[in-house]
Amino acid sequence: MTLITTPNLKDPDRTYAALLAAHKGLSEAETGALNARLILILMNHVGAEVFAEALALARAAGPSGS
Amino acid sequence: MPYDYRPFPYTPPPGLTAPEPRHKVVIVGAGPIGLALAIDLAQYGVPSVVLDDNNVVSVGSRAICWSKRSLEILDRLGVGAKCVEKGVIWKVGRTFHRDEEVWSFDLQPEPGHKMPAFVNLQQYYVEEYLVTRAQDFPGLIDLRWKNKVTSLSHTDHVTLTIETPDGSYSLEADHLVACDGARSDIRTLMGLDFDGELFEERFLIADIEMQGDFPSERRFWFQPNFHPGQSALLHKQPDNIYRIDLQLGWDADPEAERQPEKVIPRIEKAIGHKDFRLDWVSVYTFQCRRLARFVHGPVIFCGDSAHIVSPFGARGGNGGLQDVDALGWRLAAVTKGHDPAILNAYDRERQHGADENLLNSSRTTRFMSPAPGAERLFRDAVLALAGKAPFARPLVNSGRLSVACTYPLTGPDDPALPQASRPGSVAPDAPLAQGWLIDQLGREPILLAIGQAAPEVAGLKTISLPATPELQSRYLGTAKAALYLIRPDQIIAARWLTATSAAIAAAAQAIWEDRT
Repeated sequence: MTLITTPNLKDPDRTYAALLAAHKGLSEAETGALNARLILILMNHVGAEVFAEALALARAAGPSGS
Repeated sequence: MPYDYRPFPYTPPPGLTAPEPRHKVVIVGAGPIGLALAIDLAQYGVPSVVLDDNNVVSVGSRAICWSKRSLEILDRLGVGAKCVEKGVIWKVGRTFHRDEEVWSFDLQPEPGHKMPAFVNLQQYYVEEYLVTRAQDFPGLIDLRWKNKVTSLSHTDHVTLTIETPDGSYSLEADHLVACDGARSDIRTLMGLDFDGELFEERFLIADIEMQGDFPSERRFWFQPNFHPGQSALLHKQPDNIYRIDLQLGWDADPEAERQPEKVIPRIEKAIGHKDFRLDWVSVYTFQCRRLARFVHGPVIFCGDSAHIVSPFGARGGNGGLQDVDALGWRLAAVTKGHDPAILNAYDRERQHGADENLLNSSRTTRFMSPAPGAERLFRDAVLALAGKAPFARPLVNSGRLSVACTYPLTGPDDPALPQASRPGSVAPDAPLAQGWLIDQLGREPILLAIGQAAPEVAGLKTISLPATPELQSRYLGTAKAALYLIRPDQIIAARWLTATSAAIAAAAQAIWEDRT
């Protein structure tokens, strides 16, 4: 498996809205904790190799590559 | 019943009245590591002088979890049976978050090994048994209590000044092995320091005596209701002694925390009653550090003097015994005239072992005592998920318990054979028609032939065994037969499906050389 970097969602707006809805009304700490749980769940689902690629892409896309 | 600390007798050493001839080996520190090394050397017929600045066994339980590998080593030294008989045998560890069990592990899921996964036994018992065993070698082990090294110089040999209750004397030795623990005087006298991490965390550690009905398991709690926001560990030891470790946080004042009026109420909360007696208390700071090199000319570091790890993986005492295991046969050979370059192999292999222990211990410490920010965020996320989703449970890290490392050896190998017995690994034990395989191995290189007759190799001891189910799964896999070359420390040096006498002889020769 390699990381899918092309569009893979049938209804991107809907999935994105679901992500925002999950965070609605949460404090910054709660949002951070929810994201952390989500990342761990997805990390396990996609496996070590895809996760490493995802991590690299996420770092590369940030300011100054951090 | 509290342990009866009986001082060992001090005898004025001969060096006080007349210069002593240069000794082959001086061991500094009569703790479990120094004593084990002295006995190992004595079993090879090599004499040593063991110096200790004290005259009693360790105060408090200290190292309590002795791994299967340590028990195999202790067994070869003649005290394994005593340790297993006295110790509390366990193999299951349970980890709780608040009051819910989130992860458990079984360290010995398969039968057919002489030694259990772990026994819990206070360090003072192990030391007592080793001191008694050392007395079986009166001409070879010269144990000197109340002998403190105060100066050291070295060229191709070492010269020491040693202080005793009757004054000081001088001693020379071809080799000095520093087994004098985390606060090693020898390390200080050599001007050496550790590299690595000091974690900002403190734990209270206590032995209590109580009549309890706890199962023989390791129990670890994250954020228990009895100790909010912190961690706690409970281990059962012999004599109704229980070991409790309580996380204090970095802001705690270690002196204040170790006072009984602070300790007793904390323990009451942890165990839920007041019916116990406090036996020993200590406070420690986490460190994961080691010397860059363990061999410095004629001075060799072994055990905590060379490397220290945070606890919860039982990697201190067990790591030290593996140092002894890798050093004893090589140092014995050097004292008999072998090229000292073989000690580089000790240095290399045990740096590898220490790094593996440091890596595991640092990871555990990060999980147990996460830094504010991302470390804390993900740690709490893992704990929150662990109760709900099985995938998160192996991420819970309350200690990855010591197993012997596999050295990166490049001896002949055949990839068709099982991974567990690849070169560099400890030869897996297996039951034989009579006794155990592990008892047949070690002390000298041995060629083990399974499912075939062993080829004749001049000067090499051979053992031929039929393929039992255990030997099949641990040594053959899908093969019908194999040959294993096993070092004096029971480490597999090489293996083949079949090999010529010349190939085996070459691999046997390599055991004695400074090669990877």
